Amino acid sequence: MIKVTGLKKSFGDLEVLKGIDQHIKQGEKVVVIGPSGSGKSTFLRCINLLEVPTDGEILIEGESITAPKTNVNKIREKMGMVFQQFNLFPHLTVLDNITLAPIKVKKMPKAEAEKLAHELLGTVGLADKADAYPAQLSGGQQQRIAIARALAMKPDIMLFDEPTSALDPEMVGEVLAVMKNLANAGMTMVVVTHEMGFAREVASRVLFMDYGLVVEEGTPDEVFNNPQNDRTKEFLSKVL
Amino acid sequence: MPVWVTNFLDRLSATFIVDGRWHWFVSGLSYTLLISLFSVLLGLVIGVIMALMRLSKSRLLKAVSGIYIDVIRGTPTMVQLLIIYFIIFASANIPAWIVGSIAFGINSGAYIAEIVRGGILSVNIGQTEAGRSLGMTPKQTMLSIVMPQAMKNILPALGNEFVVLIKETAVVGMISNIDLVGAARKVQGRTYDYLIPLLSIAIIYYVVIKIISILLAKIEKRMRKADKR
Repeated sequence: MIKVTGLKKSFGDLEVLKGIDQHIKQGEKVVVIGPSGSGKSTFLRCINLLEVPTDGEILIEGESITAPKTNVNKIREKMGMVFQQFNLFPHLTVLDNITLAPIKVKKMPKAEAEKLAHELLGTVGLADKADAYPAQLSGGQQQRIAIARALAMKPDIMLFDEPTSALDPEMVGEVLAVMKNLANAGMTMVVVTHEMGFAREVASRVLFMDYGLVVEEGTPDEVFNNPQNDRTKEFLSKVL
Repeated sequence: MPVWVTNFLDRLSATFIVDGRWHWFVSGLSYTLLISLFSVLLGLVIGVIMALMRLSKSRLLKAVSGIYIDVIRGTPTMVQLLIIYFIIFASANIPAWIVGSIAFGINSGAYIAEIVRGGILSVNIGQTEAGRSLGMTPKQTMLSIVMPQAMKNILPALGNEFVVLIKETAVVGMISNIDLVGAARKVQGRTYDYLIPLLSIAIIYYVVIKIISILLAKIEKRMRKADKR
């Protein structure tokens, strides 16, 4: 579903990704962990071209997104992205936040988009917040709305960029619960996170990144209980 | 009554009452406000276009808007007005207030462009990323997500620009007598009295601008409240 070959990304002189090869299959839940500055977020952002790779190739459902003639917008429709800072649109109500892209991009009729939005709000447990503005909601609620907004485009893949890092501790659980439901429903997910409990419970595969490379990967059991790499061991001893 | 009082009342009467001269001031003020309003609207259209050109990736568009802003800001408003009236529209029979509105609109567009550009840049980059990641095109993202937020941010600055324009339009007297300054000059022509007409229009300008400033402050306050919702 996602095939990454030789992915490199530099910001000026700083090489953030030093050659990543990954194949993420349909239905897989890949959780990316690693210390700050290891390139996790950049890797995720390269997958939907929020960062343009310096080198390498990325195929999404067989289509190269790094080729010059690719329609980036079309490809992004297949991928939902959830950001650390939620990035809800503050000037729009919750309902309009969710229906904006389906109406503008997919030309979905307004009534249909709103019906879908209400369904999704029910899924994330915020059915009563349709007419609220983002500023009236807690961080956890905003992030659940952001997930609903991404789902409204009916993506095949969901990308999560540290979705709980900006939340107060008591709100982390509600967002993770929504993500777990999504995982159980069979969504293909790539999640960058510091929530080791979530990784252990939900991941079908864990990637440990450091200094721009995937240093170790495997099932949660392999990576957490029997890490082979010294840097993985050191990182896990600090966070677990 | 002391002589200076009767004298003063006579001059006041000669300025406003005799021949219904107060009509000139009313008409002058309407033209001043009309020109200011049209200029700020035209300026806004030009400003938005120029700001978008300046922020675009095309080198040509960037250069065009850069030169426009540079030249307009680097030359006096009065000179721009005279060039537009006496050279560009020399042969066309267009009312002076329209020429004035165009000239001040073009002038104001350069300043508003910088205001709009600042407004667009003040919107968090995450907003653009969120829009693009949903599959929206750069244009859709700009129009439905960034612009509405930018416009809200710059409304106070735009109000300020409107107030500045009201004062700037006094220069329109160089091409015509239709505005408030024109009214004072027409009176001077009849009465040879400079003090009362000029003092009067100064007071009128001051009061009008004060009223508009208070209204703008109220609107701004209400908008800030809406943010807290």
